[in-house]
Order: sequence, then C-alpha cells, then structure tokens
Amino acid sequence: MTMSRTLMTASAIALLAGMAAAQDSVTVGIQLEPPNLDPTGGAAQAIDSVLYSNVFEGLTRFMADGSVVPGLAESWTISDDGLVYTFSLHAGVTFHDGTTMDAEDVKFSLDRARAEDSTNAQKGLFAGISDVTVVDPLTVQVTLDAPNGMFLFNMAWGDAVIVAPESIADIASNPIGTGAFSFADWVQGDRIELTRNDAYWGEAPALASATFRFISDPTAAFAAVMAEDVDVFVGFPAPENLPQFEADPRFQVLVGNTEGETILAMNNKMEPFDNVLVRQAVSLAIDRQAIIDGAMFGLGTPIGTHFAPHNPDYVDLTGNSPYDPDRARALLAEAGYPDGFTTTLKLPPPSYARRGGEIIASQLRAIGIEAEISNLEWAQWLEEAFGAKDFGMTIVSHTEPMDIGIYANPDYYFQYDNPAFQQLMTDLNLTTDPAMRSEMLKQAQTIISEDYVNGYLFELAVPTVAKAGLQGLWLNQPTAAVDLTGVSWAG
Amino acid sequence: MIRYVLARFASLILSLIVASLVIFTVIEIIPGDPAAFMLGVNARPDTIAALRTEMGLDASVPARYLSWVTGMVQGDFGQSYTYRTPVAGMIADRVWVSLPLAVYALILSTLIAFPAGIYAASRRGRPGDMAVMGATQLGVAIPNFWFAMLLVLVFAINLRWFSAGGFPGWDRGVWGGVKALTLPAIALALPQAAILARVMRSSLLDMLGEDFVRTARAKGLSRRQALWRHALRNAMIPVLTIIGLQFSFLLAGGIIIEQVFFLPGLGRLIFQAISARDLIVVESVVMLLVFAVIVVNFAVDLAYALVDPRLRVKG
Repeated sequence: MTMSRTLMTASAIALLAGMAAAQDSVTVGIQLEPPNLDPTGGAAQAIDSVLYSNVFEGLTRFMADGSVVPGLAESWTISDDGLVYTFSLHAGVTFHDGTTMDAEDVKFSLDRARAEDSTNAQKGLFAGISDVTVVDPLTVQVTLDAPNGMFLFNMAWGDAVIVAPESIADIASNPIGTGAFSFADWVQGDRIELTRNDAYWGEAPALASATFRFISDPTAAFAAVMAEDVDVFVGFPAPENLPQFEADPRFQVLVGNTEGETILAMNNKMEPFDNVLVRQAVSLAIDRQAIIDGAMFGLGTPIGTHFAPHNPDYVDLTGNSPYDPDRARALLAEAGYPDGFTTTLKLPPPSYARRGGEIIASQLRAIGIEAEISNLEWAQWLEEAFGAKDFGMTIVSHTEPMDIGIYANPDYYFQYDNPAFQQLMTDLNLTTDPAMRSEMLKQAQTIISEDYVNGYLFELAVPTVAKAGLQGLWLNQPTAAVDLTGVSWAG
Repeated sequence: MIRYVLARFASLILSLIVASLVIFTVIEIIPGDPAAFMLGVNARPDTIAALRTEMGLDASVPARYLSWVTGMVQGDFGQSYTYRTPVAGMIADRVWVSLPLAVYALILSTLIAFPAGIYAASRRGRPGDMAVMGATQLGVAIPNFWFAMLLVLVFAINLRWFSAGGFPGWDRGVWGGVKALTLPAIALALPQAAILARVMRSSLLDMLGEDFVRTARAKGLSRRQALWRHALRNAMIPVLTIIGLQFSFLLAGGIIIEQVFFLPGLGRLIFQAISARDLIVVESVVMLLVFAVIVVNFAVDLAYALVDPRLRVKG
C-alpha cells in the first residue's frame, strides 16, 4: 500500500515534470511562408523571419533595439583610412553539419554575394568590397574601395549571413548555419520546425524546439490564436481584433515599430508631379491620423520624412506637411491646376495600401485631384509601377532598414533627381565619424521633406499577440526576424 | 464500342492539348516577372538578369511551352522558381491532403444525402419532406467558407475539440490526419450534400411516377416496397452523375476551404504560387486539375456506354 502510494506520487511528479518540460517549445504563427530557405538568394522577408539569428548568423547582428553588435566576429579593427576591416572570429564555431566555421567560410560567403552571377537581393550591401583576404583561420580582412560608414551595419543584414561551401548546394531546402537552432523539418504549406543546436558557441537558448506555422488569412490567424494552436503570432494581420486579445488575460499584445516607412510615392518625373508645388499640395491634402485610424486601426506613428522615428537621428518633420486642404487648393492653383487633375493610384495588396488608398483618394478628391485606383498583385506592381515607372501615385511601405539612400538613385521608381542630395549621400558613405554622420542624416531627412518628394504617411507598426507567459520576444522589428534565442516561458 | 471509346479518347487528348495552350498563354500574359518578385525592391538589374538566366526564363515563349509539355508527358513537371524544388514532388505532397479531403467530403456528403433524399421522397408533401427540403435549401444557400468559419468558432475556439486548422501530416498518425481534415470536410460536404439530397429526391419521385413502378404497385407492392425494390436502383443514374461532378469540384474547389483552415493542399499551393508568379507551379497544378476533370469525364462517358446499350450501338 505504502509502496503503491509512493509509486503514484512518483508518477504524479513525473507527470508534472513532463508538463513542465513541454513548456520548452514554442509555436510561432507568421503570415507568409518563406518561398525557400536561402536568405542570401531572395528578398522574401519570411525567409529572415524564420532563419535570422535562429539558424544563420553574420559577422555582426541587429539587436531588438536596432543596434548593431558583434556576431560571429568577436571584434574588429578598422584601418585609419577606413578602408580595411580586420575581423577576429569567435573560436570553436561549427556549422550544424559539424564542419568548422572559419575565415575561409567568411571569404566564401562575401565573395559569393558580390560575384557577377550572384542572385543576392541586396547585392548593393557588398558593392564597395574590393577584396576579402584570409589572414589565418580566425582572422579575415575586408578591403573596401572607399570608406563606408555603413559597412558594419550592412554586414548585420540577413542577406549577409555566413554560409559554408560544403552545404551551399542545398541551402534552399536544407539551410545549414551556425545559429542556436538548427533546421529540422519543413512541411511545405504548413510548418517549419527548428531544434536547439546543442553545439552552439554562444549562450544556449531556453527553448528546445520551435515550430513556425504559416497562416495567411486574417480570420484563420484569429482563430489559430484563440484556439491556442499557436503560442505567438508575429505580425498579426487582423488589427481590428487586438482589443479583444488585450482584454483576455490569456494573451498579451505587443505593438512595436518596424523599419517600414509607409509613403504615398509620387512619380517625380511625370507631369504634374514634376512640380514641387503639386507635390506639396498633395502632402498637405493628406490627413495622416485619419489614415492611421481608418486603415490601420490606430497602429502607426506619423512621419514627415523617410526615416524611422525610433532611430536616434530621426527629426520630426511632420510640421512641413500639416493637414491643410485650403492651402493645398491654393498651392494647386498656383501650380496652374486650379481645377485639379486626374492621375493614377496603383495599390499593392497589403491593407495599408488598399485601405489607405481609399482614404487618400477621398482626401485628394476634396482638393480636386481625381485619383483612379487600380489594385495590383505584388508581381504586377513590381513590373508596372516599380519597373516600368508607369504610375502617378502608389502606396508602399519601405521596410529595409536605413534606406534613405534610395533617394540618391535617380532611376529609383519615384525618380527623385537632386544632385545636392546625391552628393550628401556620397559624403555620408565616406564619413565614419558618428557625430558628423548624425548631422548629415538629419540634413538628408530635411531635404527630402522640404522637397515633398513623396507623401510621408506613417511608420508601419507590427502587432504581436502572444500567450501571457511567453517572454523575451522582440517588440520592434529592426529587421524582419523572429529571434527566439532569448525567448522563454515564465515560471 | 471500340469506335466509341476511340472517339472519346481522341476528344480527351484534344481537350488536354487545348487546355495546356490556354493555361500557358493566360499565365504568360499576366504581367509580373518571377525573378523581380523574388528579389524585391532593392535588387539590381544585373542580379535580376542573373536569376532569370538561372531560372531558364530567358528562353523564347514557344521553346518554354514545348519544354514544359514534353517534360510533363514524361512526368517531369519542371523546377519551381521560388521553392527551387521539383514541382512533381511538391504536387505529390499536396495531393495527399487535397485528395483525402475530397474523398472524405464526398463520403460525408453521400452519407447525409442518401438517407435525407430517400426519406424526403418517401414522405412527399408531408412535414418530414418539408423539413428536409427546407434544410437543403439552407445548405445550398450558405457559402461553404462562411460555414467553415462558423465551425471553427464553435468547435475550435469555444469547445476546443479540434485545431483551428493546419495539418500534422500522415506520418504523425492516421487519426491526427483524419481529425485535422474533419472540420474542412464537413464544411465542404454540407452544401454538396444538400444538392445531392435534392437530386436524389426528385430523381426518386420521377421514378415513382413511371409505368414500371405503377405495375409494381398494381401487383400488390406497397409504395415503400416499390420505392426500395424498383425505383431506387433506376434513380441512382442521375445521382451517380452528380457525384462524379461533385468529386471534380471538391478536388479543385478546396482552394478557399484550404485557406480558411490553412491546409497545405493543392489549393493553397496554387494560391501561393499565383501571388509569387511561380508560373511553372501554377501551370502544372492547373493542368493536373484539368487532367483529373477530363479523365473523370472520360470515365463517366465510358460508364454511360456500359449502362446504356443504345450508346454502344450508335457509336
């Protein structure tokens, strides 16, 4: 009798222990499925959402607050002329297949990304590299054509992660990195599973395994969270349901910032948008708060330039384009369009564009501008609006971090061509002094804001819904990532 | 008979050729470059050109059509642009979700429709008939995706008997797979069952008015005996035709239901592939579905000939 009671107690304890042990895995919902698992060969954000920092690591890496810290490189020195970066790599780092990560792999990764036949979506990150030299197995030297204040930042991108020549052939379906989690399984259309890498060089993660599930339909996403099929949904697609989750003690809601400047882009080379007065009129005709409330259910921070508000160098320039329809009408008349004009407004699929577009069209109608809306699929948008520049206006969120440099490219789709701005960006790239860089970045924001290049709407927010006990999630999205290395269950 | 079969077969081949041309042309005409889509807004033109070469997109349109068709004939569906894996393998994985779902839904729909239809026919004009017909009216009118959301709300969110969606995979156990497909199958089956029950009822009632049933009644059978022994068998022919049509519909029509329950089936594959301009996947999956429908029709044509001797003589 006593014996069996002890046994029962023991099994009850074992049961409890089993339940506690079950709390070291997490199921993450995200909206889009990665098309493949090669972060160095495609722009799809979903690839980085699953793999960044979890499976793949670069020389440097982004932290949740957007800062850049050492990654696989333990430390580095920069030559006085700013041209030569000498990286010291962490010792004892291995890839998930057991091979050693050393300077040869770094050289291979960087040379591959900048090669002529490279299919790296952010090849520009590597454009300034003129040579990569292996000094010894743990030291690698990168030589640049010209000083580049952004170089360490660039190396933190998901597109600049370190891959191995031994496993590169199958990277799209079997990614082998150095991260705290290794790739376990991919049931296409349903889920990707990661397991803890016990040979990880850094601090071991609390989670033993993680599952990513892909739920694109907003209603299905709501159901999956409510039914607790997923523990956390990053980038929850139905903002209208957030108050319901906030009121439910089972859940927590985190609303963070992204690097997504959402803009009403105008075709600066096309009549009438080649006239700065017209662009100013459009900017003044827009009521940002009405768009944030109406299209985004109140999520989003108004911006007055192309820069992320959470960045320390951000300048609030919303005052350059306050909502003032009367002045907008006067500006239109001054520009020679007293009766307004008709133009196109091409909208890609995200709700910020589709819902925001309807509101903007009605706001523009109030000052006499007739915007003909056409809804495009992404592929169509890339071809017509982005590629062929066949658009008057369009709405896009530019989610790449620190991308104000696109305004220096006169061939970029909104076709802003300002030699003074281009010179400023060239100088910025050559500047490594932080104080001077900060000053120049502020100047750059002011120039494009005062030129009314585009209508600056808001910084895209990213809502995350998670179970109450889950901690260590990224609040902001300085880059597309669901970094699980610091995530754990409370208690 | 042989001439009839050959004629049907020739029409099958011709349909396939026409379908492949239409599918290929339509999908090529839709604007959007898969390489540009993959590389996004920061890609350089030379990178996009390199990827187009890698994908084989710089070949001429007729050359790509020919290589697609000749590949398919040999069972090689080509390589997905975005997933970078063979399309045949992707389709094979997804078929094991969509096909069982369609079969499951068809079984459910038949199990519901037959008793309901027979019951209603046997109670013609009485309250039982009215109740069944009213219910089928509702079943036909309710869109299946809305009904699916209702099921999720009740059985996944409130009662927690089922997951809200997803599919664990058959390798994790048959029961788990069947459970994951249950709500989607019910959502697909009910509207189909409603249609089928109505067809069953009206077909039975037609038969009950026929001379041979009257003869059966005259020789002393009760109305119910006449229905079960004589009318039911003959009433099955139009019902089986409808079942055949419904199967093609269920296989191809799961697209929306697969979205609602985030099931990794063929429908979801097409949906993802269209938005990523993964042309080769879209073309191949659509072609496969067309092939399935055409083959089902071919089988139905043959079945008619077996059932109806007049077709054999004429052919």
